[in-house]
Amino acid sequence: MHIPIVTFRLPNGLFVTLSEDHTAPIVAVNLWYHVGSANERPGRTGFAHLFEHMLFQGSADVEANEHFELVQRAGGTLNGSTWLERTNYFETLPSNQLELALWLESNRMGRLLPAMTQQKLDTQRDVVMNERRWSMDNQPYGTWMEKLPALCFPETHPFHHSLIGSMEDLAAASLDDIAQFFATYYTPDNAVLTIAGDFEPREARQMIEKHFAAIPRGKGKPPLPDMSLPTVFGQWKRDVVPDDVMLPRLFLAFRSPVFGSDEYYAASVCGAALGLRNGSRLRRRLVRERQIAAEAAAFTYDLAKGADLLVVDVMARPGVAAEQLEQEVAYEIDQVVRDGFNATEVERAIALIQTMFVSSMQEAGERADKLSLFATYFGSPERLNEEVDRYASVSTDRVNAFVQERLGENNRASLVYIPRDDAPGELVGAGAAAATQ
Amino acid sequence: MTAPAIPPAIPKAERPTPSAPREYQFPRFERRRLENGVQLVVAPVAKLPLVTVAVLFDAGAVCDAAGREGTAQLVAKLLLEGTESSDGAELTERFERLGASVDAQADWDAAAVTLTALSEHLPAAFDLLGEVIRTPAFRVREVERLKAERLAELLQLRTEPRGLADELFARFLYASASRYSRPEGGDEQSIEALDRDQLVSFYESQYQPSGTTVIVAGDISADRAEELTHHALGEWVGGTARRITADDKPARSARGVHIIAKPDAPQSELRLGHVGIPRNHPDFFPVNVMNAVLGGLFNSRINMNLREAHGYTYGAFSGFEWRRQAGPFVVSTAVRSDITDAAAGEVLKEIDRIRSEAISPDELSLATSYLDGVFPIRFETTASIAAALSVLVLHGLPEDYYDRYRSHVRAITREQILDAAQRHLHPEMLQMVVVGDPGVIRDPLAAMNFGTVILYDTLGQPSP
Repeated sequence: MHIPIVTFRLPNGLFVTLSEDHTAPIVAVNLWYHVGSANERPGRTGFAHLFEHMLFQGSADVEANEHFELVQRAGGTLNGSTWLERTNYFETLPSNQLELALWLESNRMGRLLPAMTQQKLDTQRDVVMNERRWSMDNQPYGTWMEKLPALCFPETHPFHHSLIGSMEDLAAASLDDIAQFFATYYTPDNAVLTIAGDFEPREARQMIEKHFAAIPRGKGKPPLPDMSLPTVFGQWKRDVVPDDVMLPRLFLAFRSPVFGSDEYYAASVCGAALGLRNGSRLRRRLVRERQIAAEAAAFTYDLAKGADLLVVDVMARPGVAAEQLEQEVAYEIDQVVRDGFNATEVERAIALIQTMFVSSMQEAGERADKLSLFATYFGSPERLNEEVDRYASVSTDRVNAFVQERLGENNRASLVYIPRDDAPGELVGAGAAAATQ
Repeated sequence: MTAPAIPPAIPKAERPTPSAPREYQFPRFERRRLENGVQLVVAPVAKLPLVTVAVLFDAGAVCDAAGREGTAQLVAKLLLEGTESSDGAELTERFERLGASVDAQADWDAAAVTLTALSEHLPAAFDLLGEVIRTPAFRVREVERLKAERLAELLQLRTEPRGLADELFARFLYASASRYSRPEGGDEQSIEALDRDQLVSFYESQYQPSGTTVIVAGDISADRAEELTHHALGEWVGGTARRITADDKPARSARGVHIIAKPDAPQSELRLGHVGIPRNHPDFFPVNVMNAVLGGLFNSRINMNLREAHGYTYGAFSGFEWRRQAGPFVVSTAVRSDITDAAAGEVLKEIDRIRSEAISPDELSLATSYLDGVFPIRFETTASIAAALSVLVLHGLPEDYYDRYRSHVRAITREQILDAAQRHLHPEMLQMVVVGDPGVIRDPLAAMNFGTVILYDTLGQPSP
């Protein structure tokens, strides 16, 4: 599988990737701004995400709520999302509507501020506060999304604080903040634009120049503080959270190599070998054979700076206490550290990753998003075409070298949820006393 | 606000006008039939080296016997937990070493085993699929494990407001004799009572060559798909699965408010709805477009009202759930606890409004041009094409259904929408289900005079 890729840069710094595919009359427009919650200043947690909401509130030539309406009227789908290091905005439309998406994106990149009002900010603040309640505060285990990074990154590190933000900080956000954030980060030289699907490249390039070329370059963004971290935590960190839940659940995190590095691919395969689908080590051992866990999974955060996280997520079976759950998970991890994965486990993991990857490339929106990702983090969307080979070349030895280096007791962070009724029971020396089998 | 003016350099560009749309056709598909009665539907789509196979059985949750709810889902899942020649762990490994993602589940109307694999691994994966369908072992150990996993799921539901609201909404909506009133996957009582013999006998009656449809979409020809199907399932002998029709009678004829107590909840999970209409109802298209305007789209009346005008919620949506018999119509949202009554009041207003006057031409064109335009985007993947063909097979839709879909949508008028709203939205039948803090929401909801307010615990038992 080889995806055609053409790139160029406008004089104002906007980096553009084009990827043609004419199998269906569909086109995806995808814009990544290189700003996320990591760029927030103290006292403004959640602002990058609140700002993302404001980008759907119209711009100088687009009425409030018209953004969604115009795209949907055109037969398109759209959304945006905020992550620690980036914010993205995307539309998939019938291919004859390409220019509509480019115009909308350029209008909010170049002419956003006249549309910003206190009333819109107040409403979106309420919407985001409800999003917080819905996804975290009123959802069992929901707070893991802010507690895990808080546990794994030092307090001064840009990845430490909450992405959705505290209610207090959300309440403090002002229109001045909007103007400042917009001027600093929403500039063409801090963005990449990708078009994937059914379009004519010359025509697309003309449209891009017409709509984006006049938007002035930014004045540069404040540098992030030094984000580098030691390769391991240096200890076994632990946070125990009593919550309104019925079953204990453990998030066991390991500091791991940054997204896109050679070692990252070994970490990613390790995650799949541990927790992707039913044949993975933890599902087989803890869910199928020993029946300690009701569910088990593993994933990476895919952070490109400082350090990434590999996370194992295991839910206890009824009757299994949090202490036992943590001990049993640790026991399985210790076994992997001691004996390594065998070649079959690694082949299985890579085969599943490859099928998932090819499946995801069927969608224009997904192709565009991945091209934007590699363009934003590495200036090289062409890396998308290397993914299959990079995964295929991960050897069992490399996965086991990663395991040796990163899954030991000096690089673990346990975020343990316990049913509130069980509190304040204490977890004593859980991980250290692993081998009970 | 100290916002800088727009730099003069940025010209105001005129709104673009779209060029002519390019033609699109839903993928062509072909039907075949094996001698043993297995039906085959193949949509060759050469885009990436990938194939999805979905095998449908007349073995949905509506086939569960009373008191044995959850049988259909357990049986479907157990297909992947071991065959006569491979135990569960070996079987899983055989699939996954091929990189094949395989899942089995049962919804209300059918059970399905779905497989996606790279073309090069398809023959081996297809054969395994045949083994799974023809020779499942139902080992007691796996039966007991999956029962325990379902019980764990049910236990978790007690503190999961969204799932709890959905489950109890169904219970308060349908008459207690209706299969639809009990969870698709069964409840504690029915799951505890299930044993291996019952599961095997369900398998034997519902998994039969006649009544089974194999849907293949992706990088493959119809001939090759038939060859592989024949190799995997040609030897399978048996008869015809029995077809069960679900009872879809409502539980109540008067409105009611059902509060499931979650003290100190910062939000209320709100469900408002009634029994809807079956998938094959002749008003399907007008109802679908009507719902898009009411609460189906982001720019729908309900979402614009609750989210963008009032800031009550992160999102509010309505929908008809399409089943062979009448599935629910439901408005779903999560709102700040202290304005639960106001939010419910706005939903009621929107339901009344769409029944009392025709929608505007703009609203109609937004909904129809969206549903028309987005059509090709719905079928980018082999999995989504297979799913669309499953709907066609399951509901016996005409062969040209997807070819005519867009013209059906475009032909809908405002009068038809008003008529659909008046005939298929029933304000007098609405049940309101709220998972929330009774101390905050009970009195205000009672003051709405919507209906009798009853308080329940998280098991759905009325509490004093």
